[in-house]
Amino acid sequence: MTSQTSESKVHKTYLEEDMGRKGIFKWILSTDHKRIALLYLYSMMVWFTVGVVLGLLMKLELIAPGKTLMGPQAYNATFTVHGVIMIFLIVIPGLPAVFGNFLLPIQIGAKDVAFPRLNLFSWYIYVLGSILVIISLFGNGPPDTGWTFYAPYSFKTGTNMLPAALGAFVLGFSSILTGLNFIVTIHRMRAPGMTWMKMPLFPWSIYGTAWIQLLATPIVGITLLMVAGERILGIGFFDPAKGGDPLLYQHLFWIYSHPAVYIMILPAMGAISEIIPTFTRKTIFGYKAIVISTLAIAFVGYFVWAHHMFTSGMSGTALFTFSILTFLVAIPSAIKVFNWITTMHKGSISTEVPFQWAASFIFIFMIGGLTGLVLGALATDVHLHDTAFVVAHFHFIVFGGVGFAFFGAIHYWFPVIYGRMYDNSWARTGWIVFFIGFVTLYGPMFYLGMKGMPRRYFDYLEEFHGPNIISTFGALVMITGLVIIVTNLIKSARSGPIAPHNPWGGTNLEWRIKSPPSLENFDEIPVIDKATYKFD
Amino acid sequence: MSDSSHHIVSYRTYGLILVLLLCLTGISVAVTQIELTRWTMAVALLLASTKSFIVLAIFMHLKFDEKIFRVMVAFVFLVFAAVIIVTFLDYAFR
Repeated sequence: MTSQTSESKVHKTYLEEDMGRKGIFKWILSTDHKRIALLYLYSMMVWFTVGVVLGLLMKLELIAPGKTLMGPQAYNATFTVHGVIMIFLIVIPGLPAVFGNFLLPIQIGAKDVAFPRLNLFSWYIYVLGSILVIISLFGNGPPDTGWTFYAPYSFKTGTNMLPAALGAFVLGFSSILTGLNFIVTIHRMRAPGMTWMKMPLFPWSIYGTAWIQLLATPIVGITLLMVAGERILGIGFFDPAKGGDPLLYQHLFWIYSHPAVYIMILPAMGAISEIIPTFTRKTIFGYKAIVISTLAIAFVGYFVWAHHMFTSGMSGTALFTFSILTFLVAIPSAIKVFNWITTMHKGSISTEVPFQWAASFIFIFMIGGLTGLVLGALATDVHLHDTAFVVAHFHFIVFGGVGFAFFGAIHYWFPVIYGRMYDNSWARTGWIVFFIGFVTLYGPMFYLGMKGMPRRYFDYLEEFHGPNIISTFGALVMITGLVIIVTNLIKSARSGPIAPHNPWGGTNLEWRIKSPPSLENFDEIPVIDKATYKFD
Repeated sequence: MSDSSHHIVSYRTYGLILVLLLCLTGISVAVTQIELTRWTMAVALLLASTKSFIVLAIFMHLKFDEKIFRVMVAFVFLVFAAVIIVTFLDYAFR
């Protein structure tokens, strides 16, 4: 995409371009979408470390029945803060904020997002929300409601519920503004010739996600404000003693929080849709089907929220309606899986590390998806609701889906982001250790749930002891894998070998410019004359 | 949108709309003094919707903007309406 004139210029990357600023100000005052993406990445790495440590503490507590590390109150606080951090600070902003910010403008042939200052502002709001979550850890003790802040307990507990809920409220604005920015960018800033059906699948997934961010997030914002109103003013929206309805809270919360699962998973699917064709050297199978299924997931995903409430006492009509809708949303998800597998069929597969992450994503996601159908069926849900089975399903989808896709994406786009390569053997070792640890950690929870072990208890019956030991061992293995992966990536970002041009043979625009990109990505805005995913 | 088609709303129109919105707010308050029984909520929602429509059309410029923006806003309202209807599948059948 560079003209002959510009080829002769010295290529100054976005990492070298300081805009006359020094030190940390090069980063926190930069409106460059790529630097903002890295600001999100580094912030999330800090939070992810905290979240993982809290998760490990829970698993260590559960290594044996009775109190081992902590009592019930500390355990309640630990799973609440773990959930708030992982959901609101990691997986919801995760792929859109990091890879969406970095790659969306490049993949559509733009120099930046539509509103660069708003983009930086969104990161500041993210940081503000994070600080509020930190504040909730002090004073009266961390919140103990679970990340769902269910009423009426959320306005009765004496713990620091309010800062955590306000943190989630503030973080919502970051999400809304990012979504708005991406929608406008995709509508207004695509390069000449890049029609909707020539747009790569990752921007398509970001587009679907952005609409959910824009439409669903305000609902949880208002809901959390209502909880604040309950706590401070005692209004009574959700208080049965004042004519309120606790189920109204659950409806309002899940109207956002179920679509939020698609905020997490759609960009993950987008990243997988980019990785697979590159490493199979084949045009993606069913491009239009993937686009339509992306939008279908985004749309139908709005109307399945109450499957989280099957045992709450809803009407029978609502029960079977939401059960049917839940089964419906599985269809577009399955379409994507079939498309990925068909793309691999008879492809010239190269089992590089990003491909291994993508392939294992499909495996893990299918387990998560199919166990979701078990929970979406009314009869089986009654048995499994609020058991360890739900925790396993949830982590297979959210951590398995988003986590595997995130690591696949970072290994795939690492040469674009840093212009360097990572150590392949360590990356492969990290992947296999992580994969084994992940399945060992969460797999036994399916069994435990089916046998009746409830979730969110610091203690359990002796009969659940064995699988819990295996699960805790899995946690330690998985964290070992994480340490290998992260250490390798950090070391490689600083001193890895310089990446050759387009090391994977990708076809999108990010592979046709120099890596790392310059401040404005393109010397000249490219003109798109053919569909992407065409391998010669 | 090209400059030639850029529509400028006059201050007079803005002023009239402001007065209209204030009047509707006054009516919203006044109507609460009347016993409308089960129509109370419907009237309140009708007045609020009318005000929202005016704000979207004039203040937010939808009336003069490209069709795609009206389609987007309509889509949002449809989703919102669908969410309300689906929620009431619980409340109406308990």
